[in-house]
Amino acid sequence: MQLREVWSFYKGTFVLIGKGSKAYYIWLAALLSLMGIGVVAYLHQLNSGLGVTAMRDQVSWGFYISNFTFLVGVAAAAVLLVIPAYVYNWGPIKEIAVLGELLAISVICMCLMFVTVDIGRPDRFWHLIPKVGILNFPSSLLAWDVVVLNGYLGLNLVIVVYYLYKTYYKRVSNKAFTTPLLLLSIPAAISIHTVTAFLYNGLGARPFWNASILAPRFLASAFSAGPAFMIILFLLIRKYTRFKIKDEAIHKVAELIAYAIFINLFLFGAEIFKEFYTGTKHLAPMEYLLFGLHGHSALVPWIWTAIIFNLFAFLIFLIPETRNNHVTLVMGCVLIFVGVYIEKGMGLIIPGFIPDVLHEIYEYAPTGIELLISMGIWATGLFIFTMLLRVAIPILNGDFHVADDGVGSYIGDQLFLVSPTAKPTPPPDKPPG
Amino acid sequence: MSDQKKKDDHAFRLSRRKTLKGLVAGVGALALPASTASASVWEEFFQRHFRELSKKELKDVLARLEKDYSKQYGKQVSVKATPPIEGVKFGYGLDLSRCIGCRRCVYGCVAENNQSRDPQIHWIRVVQLEKEKGVDFDVAEHYYNPKKVPEKGHFYMPVQCQQCENPPCTKVCPVQATWQETDGIVVVDYNWCIGCRYCMAACPYGARHFNWSKSSIPADEINPDTHYLGNRPRPIGVVEKCTFCVQRTREQPGRYPACEEICPVGARKFGNLLDPESEMRYLIENKRVFIFKEDLNTRPKFFYFYAT
Amino acid sequence: MSRRSVFPALLTIAALSLALVSISTPANAAKKKYFDRSGNLVVEEKTAAEMSRVYKVQNREPEKTYAVPPPPFSEDIFPCSDCHADMEPNLQRRQLEDMHTDIVLHHAEGQRWCLDCHNPNDRDKLRLVSGEVIDFSESYRLCGQCHGDKFRDWKVGIHGKRTGYWNGDKQYLLCAHCHNPHDPKFKPLTPKPPPVRPGQARH
Repeated sequence: MQLREVWSFYKGTFVLIGKGSKAYYIWLAALLSLMGIGVVAYLHQLNSGLGVTAMRDQVSWGFYISNFTFLVGVAAAAVLLVIPAYVYNWGPIKEIAVLGELLAISVICMCLMFVTVDIGRPDRFWHLIPKVGILNFPSSLLAWDVVVLNGYLGLNLVIVVYYLYKTYYKRVSNKAFTTPLLLLSIPAAISIHTVTAFLYNGLGARPFWNASILAPRFLASAFSAGPAFMIILFLLIRKYTRFKIKDEAIHKVAELIAYAIFINLFLFGAEIFKEFYTGTKHLAPMEYLLFGLHGHSALVPWIWTAIIFNLFAFLIFLIPETRNNHVTLVMGCVLIFVGVYIEKGMGLIIPGFIPDVLHEIYEYAPTGIELLISMGIWATGLFIFTMLLRVAIPILNGDFHVADDGVGSYIGDQLFLVSPTAKPTPPPDKPPG
Repeated sequence: MSDQKKKDDHAFRLSRRKTLKGLVAGVGALALPASTASASVWEEFFQRHFRELSKKELKDVLARLEKDYSKQYGKQVSVKATPPIEGVKFGYGLDLSRCIGCRRCVYGCVAENNQSRDPQIHWIRVVQLEKEKGVDFDVAEHYYNPKKVPEKGHFYMPVQCQQCENPPCTKVCPVQATWQETDGIVVVDYNWCIGCRYCMAACPYGARHFNWSKSSIPADEINPDTHYLGNRPRPIGVVEKCTFCVQRTREQPGRYPACEEICPVGARKFGNLLDPESEMRYLIENKRVFIFKEDLNTRPKFFYFYAT
Repeated sequence: MSRRSVFPALLTIAALSLALVSISTPANAAKKKYFDRSGNLVVEEKTAAEMSRVYKVQNREPEKTYAVPPPPFSEDIFPCSDCHADMEPNLQRRQLEDMHTDIVLHHAEGQRWCLDCHNPNDRDKLRLVSGEVIDFSESYRLCGQCHGDKFRDWKVGIHGKRTGYWNGDKQYLLCAHCHNPHDPKFKPLTPKPPPVRPGQARH
């Protein structure tokens, strides 16, 4: 790998991301403006303190950490593609595994952003850097999370960039280099989610989280919502770009989702049984979540929405006809994504604090600033993902590679985002929906 | 760790820090208007963890803080860093059969420890409980406000940092910004805390409080006798907590904590758990004592008791 | 043995043991049995004469004195001798009609009156049951006569309040600093304001 080659590769990608159809520009502009709003909102929060959020001592984590928790699951779910692709060497998914890894990269970036906006002193981030500051490893699970999240991010970046770089230069990846990394990314994905679960799990002060079923539930819900998000993305990608994704791959992922939803529902039921049948004082947060406590019931409509969505989604993914029909499949994906977003976002974080440790009830609902900042981060995540796809898809399609002179770049795909009707090549398989 | 290794480690850290310093200063110089980029801001930014400061560095830090606070509040504010006294482990006793829930302790603590008035931070929370139910927080009333206390059929339980022997809060801090001192007091380095609030999630007693906004203390109400790990004015975005009035109790002779001193019914007791003659030892050995949330194995050094 | 013969036999045994007990009781009258702290049985031999002897304080160690702030007298009332010096003490238990009518005794008023605690011969002093005359600054000894458990706790700093230094000199408060001796129940206080509810805080 020569420096000159690396430079020309990156130069090429920068040229590439500047090119695209009108839809592409509009999409980017929309994301950028949302990001801008988010930045302004964050500057306001930086200036005034976290008092602009609805978080207080009673509920000391809120919407940001809820989003963080959910997104760690989405990031971890990339492994669901890596396992069939590389462990079982299954072709159809191997072609799209790299998309899962790209998603993981974007989503981990979102996770890191959500943590950053949540901390009171982002200026002191360097205290977390080992040797420069003090990382309280291995005592603090948050230190573990810093390590595994960054590790997972690094791992995926290396795998994806190496693979795309090699493909760009029309070379074959060195299996001896990539295979161990890919295999490592499997436990790494599981570990980011397990560690994040343990972060809450290990607190005796919060009985709602202090259940050993928490980490398995985390994984099960991650493996339902993450791949559901990916299926929607795959369908969009193959509809609006020139990238081809086989139906079998999508159906395989959908089938895996069915198992994951089942396990998630089963574990949830197990927890419900244990809490309600025993009926100790520790039932209070669960009661708050499902039925309301002492007249406070802000989460009740949300969690029932989530439960109903999850059940419906389970039926859709369970029945092969609905699972393989792309209209119902997309419906199922949306339902499970939204359901899990509620269930393990706010539905997981907030009852940890309600009632609080002295049994005070302060009902938390995010403020406008929190929503704007979170929206900005989601836009940033999508922006990063779009950028990554803009480079990766043409490389994978063979539309972006080194020019014949071995120095410049060949860009075969000038548009990237195209309307399905204007597609120069007929869509692969039957058109979705 | 050998001394040489420690030294190497230190040197390494220092050189890294210098690199970082240069980098950030460079970026900062571009980003920050010159007026706000005063030397003290940067000194604070690069300040190391309290326990890593050399004697000289600590002296400089305290002097800088004294200067900043004195300027901010318009009067001489002293900041000390009195270390723990050897052979001392502080314990606190609270007589539930005496407490009448008057909240004098809450406000005595606010005045002594320079807690923010707005947003309001209270290190002590007094809850009203029902005699019929005992220590059952399901029926805890935090905002009781009758004409007179105690109210019939109720008793009162003040809750503050329990100074656990096995503190769940220090364990979870990702940057070791909070730790237990040898005299058993759990402290926070307000200049090292990153404000992640993991400790607040971990504390079973609601004893940790966050500076959600800039703290406000009227200049004429500031207590100028402060401790680095205790009652000095806190910056925004960090966690704070009860320190058993470290600025008072670590003196020789040591004053009682402010809450103990202000209690009109003498329900609050304080002393050295390692001294067999102390009132703490007497009450533990002779009275009916309980510790709050015993099953969590936090081993509080805050003992609730019934004198009668 | 048939069932019919068991019952009379039992009755006989019971009657015999009853008789034995009644015979042995007077003989053991001077034997006092009690258990010490470790739970060992202690039997003390005492003659009837010894047991009926009047208890007399002899060479008792004087009670330790404690540093206290000045007693909380009502305004302009002390020294009492200003008025009482020339008055013949009237030991007759009665309702006061001319002076001190503001004092309403709510402190076991059925069992006592002024001169059970106030010394009739020198009004600037208090008087213990033993006849010992003590200063107002030692009033805890007077209270301690009945409230032994509180007195014991007070001495070690558990009941009531001490100020000063946890590892240095301490000052005790007298019982009377918190409890009006004529009406000792602790008076309710107005609580300080409750904390601001999180939803209502301004930021």
